[in-house]
Amino acid sequence: MATMTAPGKTEQPARQVPAPRSGARRSRKIRDNLTGHAFLIGAVLCFAVFTWYPMIRGIVMSFQRTRRGVTTWVGWDNYTRILADPSFWPAWRNTAYFTLLALVIGYAVPFFVAILLNELRHAKGYLRILVYIPVMLPPASALFLFKFYAYDPSDAGLFNAILRALHLPTSQWMQSAEATMPAMVIASTWMNMGSAVLIYLASLQNIPGELYEAAELDGAGLWRRIWNVTIPQTRLILGLLAMMQIVATMQVFIEPLILANGAGTEDSATTVAYLIYQHGFFQNDLNGAAALGVIMLVALAAFSAVYLRLTTKND
Amino acid sequence: MSAPQYRRVAAFALAAGLGLSLAACSTKSDDDGTSADGKVTITVDCMPVGTEKELLANWNADVAAFEKANPDITIKSVSVGTQCNNPPDFTARLAGGTTTDVFYGYMTDLQQVLDSGQAMDITPYLTTDNIATWDDVDPALKGVFTDGGKVYGVPVKNYSMGLVYNKVLFSKAGLDPANPPKTWADVRTAAKKIAGADKNAAGYAEYSAGNTGGWHFTAEIYSQGGQVLSADGKKADFNNAQGKQVLQNLKDMRYGDNSMGSRQLLQWGDLLTNAAAGKVGMFVGAPDTTQAIVSQFKGKYDDWAVAPLPGQDGPAKATLGGGEGYFFKKGLTDAQVKAGLKWIAYQKLTVGKGQFDYPRAKPQNYPVGVPQPLLFTKDSATAKAEFELRKANANVDPSIYSLFEANQLPIKGEPANAQAIYAVLDSAMSGVLTNPNANIDQLLKTAEDKVNQLLTAGS
Repeated sequence: MATMTAPGKTEQPARQVPAPRSGARRSRKIRDNLTGHAFLIGAVLCFAVFTWYPMIRGIVMSFQRTRRGVTTWVGWDNYTRILADPSFWPAWRNTAYFTLLALVIGYAVPFFVAILLNELRHAKGYLRILVYIPVMLPPASALFLFKFYAYDPSDAGLFNAILRALHLPTSQWMQSAEATMPAMVIASTWMNMGSAVLIYLASLQNIPGELYEAAELDGAGLWRRIWNVTIPQTRLILGLLAMMQIVATMQVFIEPLILANGAGTEDSATTVAYLIYQHGFFQNDLNGAAALGVIMLVALAAFSAVYLRLTTKND
Repeated sequence: MSAPQYRRVAAFALAAGLGLSLAACSTKSDDDGTSADGKVTITVDCMPVGTEKELLANWNADVAAFEKANPDITIKSVSVGTQCNNPPDFTARLAGGTTTDVFYGYMTDLQQVLDSGQAMDITPYLTTDNIATWDDVDPALKGVFTDGGKVYGVPVKNYSMGLVYNKVLFSKAGLDPANPPKTWADVRTAAKKIAGADKNAAGYAEYSAGNTGGWHFTAEIYSQGGQVLSADGKKADFNNAQGKQVLQNLKDMRYGDNSMGSRQLLQWGDLLTNAAAGKVGMFVGAPDTTQAIVSQFKGKYDDWAVAPLPGQDGPAKATLGGGEGYFFKKGLTDAQVKAGLKWIAYQKLTVGKGQFDYPRAKPQNYPVGVPQPLLFTKDSATAKAEFELRKANANVDPSIYSLFEANQLPIKGEPANAQAIYAVLDSAMSGVLTNPNANIDQLLKTAEDKVNQLLTAGS
């Protein structure tokens, strides 16, 4: 068993490092790291200007209200108002449903596609390019393709033509409250799975071949090899991508915007991110939008913290 | 240069470059629009986009002629898309303070513009010195841009809704193009016949997304004699018999008769694209919609005609009226405001110039003879001059609009907070157009709750 070392402790007593006694030592240290710091400035400034500042500004705005160009502090008013919005809970329900479907479809499919590609002996590169091509398409173009060709509710639509050929009932796709979310997840999975497949492939190729040989000698079939070798060996990547996927899919926005022209039929496509957009850009309510953004930030941060804690504990 | 030195230089160059570009971004402009030689510069939006070749050429010609006549003024034109006020873009420009000096907006935008703190009170400048025809501009239209006795915008276009219909599809369905539907029951019958005669056409088409569904719900409830908000503007007032009738009419056509086509969740451009392709029999729209069908969506002008908005059992009780104008950005100098007003006067409010340059438009692929905008008070000298010039240069058959003009309906303006309310009402419209089992009562109740909540928040 490997010896575990508590974080922050070393097996050897720490070497005594004398505290810097003079400004000269400090300036020497800064000089030594100057190149590193200079390179860092770019990234830090970019984060500060485009991520941290807007985030802080959003939090501040969520407690303010601007009318007639005059901004006043209104405490929790924006939050109570947003919570009372009849679309608030449906938006969260829709978002959770999208996330769940994305986990079932969008998370599993790339993994199994990666396994399949990894097993192939021929045309590997060609097929990898094919899988990755949708990622290179601008998302708006890909979604318009789905909207006008695949999800056309008439019999001329691609998916309806396929369903009809198979003697299955056709669908109204984005015009059906029931089909809206699954249709959005299918389009989203097709658009995004290329990147996940590549990451899984890289991870799969790091699994030592002997493990599979040993499993085969023990009489393990394909599913047992996947269950007992592939999944345990890639669990770190699987865990990381699961969290990234959940956080990303909770912010789903462009799919309802383009596929459903916004809220979709009877609000069936309204997600939390779209509701933020609706408040901010259609209802002249940037402060309410900021409040909803903060609620989402807190929810996602809490989810990430719990998830990381659980997965770190297990590891 | 050694590798470490090279890296160090590269790092400093990167940091310095980034710092400088950020500094450039944050530099506050101290440009008051006046150059050393006394020339005033103003930026103006809503220039036609590149694909609207003739309109763009006209705009550029107007700018050149205006600058020649006013050598001390420079106009910098900005294009903001085919739909000059796409609500999300407009909101972003307002919030970011990136509107042009003189910026386009809908009549419904006054509140939002005032809330953003971007609008300038231009009341003292609104004289015949700056806009020669100002006294003839319809006071009702001036009132739309007025708040607390102060005027914040200049009206440049107005419209009222009617029933736009495709004469070719009417004839194909055995309907008389000279006798369009007068009631919603007539519309239903005609839609059924059109859809029956042409399998690729929707007898009647309707919006239900991008705020346009709510906009049309408003027009249609006006036709029923209803309203969207109570008289004091504090409560939703559409969850009633008139509101139900609007949705019921649509549901009957969509699912009872299957005469509205299968593609729904349409927005402005979607419907007009289909219409231009000859796939729409009828829709609610203003006369200038026919201009959009021709100039933007490449339709044929001769195919179309406009009738008054239908009512439930007879003529419509009222129709919806709206329009557009230009606001002035806060902080402009005296000279810039005057220059902006001069430009608007030239391009939008002078008979024979800009939008009223009918002799120029006549040979172009742009209809002349459309009975709107009606910016000037009836019987005023400017209104008469505009009418005469329009009549003399009409390049479309006047009968297209004769029914619409002969049966003028009372015009009701759009509700306060219109865009937000329209966004909510989109949901009710999409409900009846995409769900055969839609519960109209429930749809209206939900929309009512949302609008009331929105009004409470805005008060």
